[in-house]
Amino acid sequence: MTTNVPGELKYAKSHEWVRVEGDTATVGITDHAQHELTDIVFVELPAVGRQVKAGEACAVVESVKTASDIYSPVSGQVLAINQAVADNSALVNSDPYTAGWFYRIKLTHPAELGTLLDAAAYRALIGG
Amino acid sequence: MPVQYTSIVDEHLAVRRAAGLFDISHMGEVRVRGPRAAAFLNRALTNDIARLAPGQGQYTLMCNERGGVVDDLYAYQLAPEDYLLIINASRIEADVAWLTSQWRGAQVTAADSIENHSDQFGAIAVQGPRVAEFIGACFPGPSQGGLPVPAITALKKNQIGRFSWAEGIEPVWVGRTGYTGEDGFEAVVPAAMTEAVWGRILEAGKPCGLRPAGLGARDTLRTEMGYPLYGHELDETTTPIEAGVGFFVSLDKGEFMGRAVLAGQKVNGVSKRCIAFKLTDRSAPPRPGYAILDGAAGKNAIGKVVSGTQSPSLGVGIGMGYVPPASAQAGTAIAIDIRGRACPAVIVQKPIFRRPSS
Repeated sequence: MTTNVPGELKYAKSHEWVRVEGDTATVGITDHAQHELTDIVFVELPAVGRQVKAGEACAVVESVKTASDIYSPVSGQVLAINQAVADNSALVNSDPYTAGWFYRIKLTHPAELGTLLDAAAYRALIGG
Repeated sequence: MPVQYTSIVDEHLAVRRAAGLFDISHMGEVRVRGPRAAAFLNRALTNDIARLAPGQGQYTLMCNERGGVVDDLYAYQLAPEDYLLIINASRIEADVAWLTSQWRGAQVTAADSIENHSDQFGAIAVQGPRVAEFIGACFPGPSQGGLPVPAITALKKNQIGRFSWAEGIEPVWVGRTGYTGEDGFEAVVPAAMTEAVWGRILEAGKPCGLRPAGLGARDTLRTEMGYPLYGHELDETTTPIEAGVGFFVSLDKGEFMGRAVLAGQKVNGVSKRCIAFKLTDRSAPPRPGYAILDGAAGKNAIGKVVSGTQSPSLGVGIGMGYVPPASAQAGTAIAIDIRGRACPAVIVQKPIFRRPSS
């Protein structure tokens, strides 16, 4: 099975992706992560307005097997959450990079983006 | 056995709709033989082994002096004075030690023996509504031991026979039983042959939708049925009466290990009871260790979840847990504390999942 790692995204070692648009970023989990977790049955998202720090647990993905914390790759204030994923968590399995996004955040420390992996480095990390 | 081959949900649904194949070689096998075997087992186990005829098996439990569960198991009478116990992998050492210590005090003779065969045998379970369509092709012909039947499909639930699966190779024991709530069979196979038997069943069952299934699906399937799993619903401080498997405790068969405590509980009641529950709304799945709260609003903790998952068949969170008997009635509104949120749930009868009758 080929794992999809889009070239335009940044990645955290803990398997979240970041799509940067100006001073905001969209966060989700990677194709590799959804494949490893399989059968995602529930996603708990952060409250809109919450201030999160990079590396802080801010969402929970529940698969049939287990609950896994999702760590914010960047610091900032949560601007919006993806209600579609809260209602239908299977979107994370079927479309992790577009319909399956988790939350949008206003970046407070844009320099953190430099510490994230690019697609090639992430692909190397997961042995792809 | 891996947790999953592809997906727990896909494997689970395959077992409910067609068939799944489980490698359960981790299970333990103990053989007890001799003129005193039945009397010994009837003192060590809770169910009445005297009810078994050759080729029949029963679910039973092994208790300590306090009535706590050392293990739950299947006991088969293979032939007169010849019994096979199928025990939990995690309990092989504890069971063998406990049985051996009772063996020393029992009135056994040189003609009696108890042997741990767990390393020499593998086991394969094949489960699902379509299993009867292809199991005969895997184990053709009449039984050559156990229950005399003309074909393996003539076995009824809890019956066991010895069946040939390849020419010139010794036949294997196959019982009609399982841990999923579906029709199915479990084959106890010499370890060296496990792979060949696995391959043969997988091949025969493919046209019927048979697929390998892992430990994850095995757990969600048994949870939907409300079957206990050792280390979750059962442990050495919990009795079969508390766990809701008192039906398999035969108080009238005479003395046996744990009987005094169990008889007392049947008369005086218990302080905790194992219940099954279903979440009322969409929520994260309940997990072992979460608190059970009283009422739909959930103010006070009244117990603890011991098994919990998302039910692939029902699409809601389900589980089992222990609460005081006064709160254990089916229909009682409770809540599960899922990471600080009181998620409404209701106590239900077991099995939690029942196939819609058509």
